[in-house]
Amino acid sequence: MQQHRELSEQQINVQLLNGTLATPRWWKWAVLGLLIIVLAGFSTFGFMINKGLGVTGLNRPVFWGTLITTFVFWVGISHAGIMISAILRLTQAEWRRPVTRAAELLTVFSLITALSFPVIHAGRPWRIIYWILPYDFSRGIWPNVRSPLVWDPAAIGTYLTGSILFLYVALLPDLGNLRDRTVGWRNRLYSLLSLGWRGNSRQWRMQTTAGILLSALMLPIFVSVHSIVSWDFAVTPSVEGWHSTIFAPYFVIGAVHSGVSAVVTMMALMRWLWKWDNFIRPEHFDALARLLIVVGTAWFAFTLIELLYSFYTLEAQELAFRDMQIFQWPWAFLFIVFLITGFFIPVPAWLFKRVRNSIPWMFWTSISVNIGMWLERFLIIVPALSRKQPFVYTWGSYHPSLTEMMMIVWSLAFVGMNMLLFARFFPLIPLFEQKEAQAFSSRIQIGRASVPAVLREQEQE
Amino acid sequence: MVQPAQQIAAHHWGMTVDVDRCTGCQACVVACQAENNLPINLEEHFHQKRAFEWIRVERYWEGEFPNIKARFIPILCQHCENAPCEPVCPVYATYHNDQGMNVQVYNRCVGTRYCANGCPYQVRFFNYWEPVWPEALRNQLNPDVTVRSRGVMEKCSFCVQRIRRARIEAKRDGRAVADGEIQPACVQACPTNTLVFGDLNDPNSKVSKLRNGRRAYRLLNDALRTEPNVYYLARVDNDEAEVAHG
Repeated sequence: MQQHRELSEQQINVQLLNGTLATPRWWKWAVLGLLIIVLAGFSTFGFMINKGLGVTGLNRPVFWGTLITTFVFWVGISHAGIMISAILRLTQAEWRRPVTRAAELLTVFSLITALSFPVIHAGRPWRIIYWILPYDFSRGIWPNVRSPLVWDPAAIGTYLTGSILFLYVALLPDLGNLRDRTVGWRNRLYSLLSLGWRGNSRQWRMQTTAGILLSALMLPIFVSVHSIVSWDFAVTPSVEGWHSTIFAPYFVIGAVHSGVSAVVTMMALMRWLWKWDNFIRPEHFDALARLLIVVGTAWFAFTLIELLYSFYTLEAQELAFRDMQIFQWPWAFLFIVFLITGFFIPVPAWLFKRVRNSIPWMFWTSISVNIGMWLERFLIIVPALSRKQPFVYTWGSYHPSLTEMMMIVWSLAFVGMNMLLFARFFPLIPLFEQKEAQAFSSRIQIGRASVPAVLREQEQE
Repeated sequence: MVQPAQQIAAHHWGMTVDVDRCTGCQACVVACQAENNLPINLEEHFHQKRAFEWIRVERYWEGEFPNIKARFIPILCQHCENAPCEPVCPVYATYHNDQGMNVQVYNRCVGTRYCANGCPYQVRFFNYWEPVWPEALRNQLNPDVTVRSRGVMEKCSFCVQRIRRARIEAKRDGRAVADGEIQPACVQACPTNTLVFGDLNDPNSKVSKLRNGRRAYRLLNDALRTEPNVYYLARVDNDEAEVAHG
């Protein structure tokens, strides 16, 4: 597998800093367009604070709707970072190199976006700080640690802190590089941020050790974050459709499915926007698609098991919930779209090498996965609440209002805009990783064929 | 969430609902509305499915025409001993007090609505809008009850203001609270004595005797083990009773 073209260090510098040392022509317009949507989103939030949550479509019994769906969706996307940078780093998958930073960055911004949704959807957002901070020492009232809503900020906060550290440690060598290539205020900014990076062997050793340690420390988060998010639902015994013991692994594997797909979407965009054809190769898409076939199939198996478990009990409200979810308009339509976009289009398509190596195909199939994954959460949250218990008198339904739709669009624009802003000041593909990969790469003769191989750090010393 | 201290508390309030007596007249619903400063339910609130009824009368049809029967069941907060709403609140806005009641602290509530998802009886209500009363009704608000603001949950309190008043008066007079002295608004308004309120710790109270009877059951308790303090007394149909006795 040829993972990159042989380039001189000079060429790597020039090509990978094309969006940082210069402003691409489309950049301004893209950021401006996204900024308008983001500002419209903030105005919508202001409108919600001003008028109250009456402007949403929420009611009784459906107290949670698209805002919580979008929260779960973004936490799912955030699994991109941990999958790519921690797990692939520890398993020493060489092809991870060009996408580690972008994946980690996607994690940071999607977590920030995810965290804002419980705040947006609360009745009194200005008091939400009570959630996580002990607020009144004199009265001795602390946050209720039995509540999953206290576990959530703890889990996501840990992940966010770890991801920012990870991102920063991996950015240090490139910051030093940028510092040497800029003048004026940007030079001062990079000097400050690079913490005196000079690239001597001691600094390299510390940087590498820090990266490996952070990967190992973040491994438990791989399991914990989305498990805890799933417990928001699973620990509620009253909601038949939520109270399922397999929710934690089911949500984790679903998060990996959507997170890795989001990385594929982002890689295609990076290749098209910054013309990084030399670094993001079809081979990378191929490798990720192979991974996604396994992940997607495992996730689909969980989906089926979850259905099986729910029919196993034959409880009236469970059957009513599944009847609504699978057979009633418009939920039936959404359910079919969810199955097709989440599994039946992308996964069989990835079985073909031509699809795996085609960037437009990979782009659209990965988008399809995330449409399906959003619908999955929506179809779990809303119909389950609508058919909570056998008292049919209180059964209900829900449709999102324009306000809630606007917040979904806002979240997409917010993440996109932040990514573009970051890319203007910092390289999205780690320069040093490219050079390192090139330094470690060599070729082995096997018979008459010459096969690319990788030399490891230990072997170098 | 039963603490050892609660076992020795003086009172343990509870209610019985005799389904056999309920005629579905909705007097309890109106009385509750007036006593507890509930927002006015306009037609649009029903359409939005956001109406406030701390106690509601659910109506079910049983049988096929012409042998059809209307069944009424008043449902209010069950004040569960194992309340699913309590552990999920991140800010302790709802908790169990030492008299068997599930209480809601409006000032603490941030409006996550998690408790409402947790409640299997659907008796928690969220203030989606700022409640407004017509000018003419402003002076009608009960001064003993907080007017809730937008963004907080609310629910049946067993008319805690009446319980407090009765206890304070009893303490002032140096006597115990008598059985039947405390009547929540719904109990007071019920014309058929469907609802009975009292102290479950007192074995001689009317409510204790009723809940120890053969007809008593608790809603969803077998499935969810919520241990409600509201007991229902099963309906006895004449024809079925004859069969049972015959």
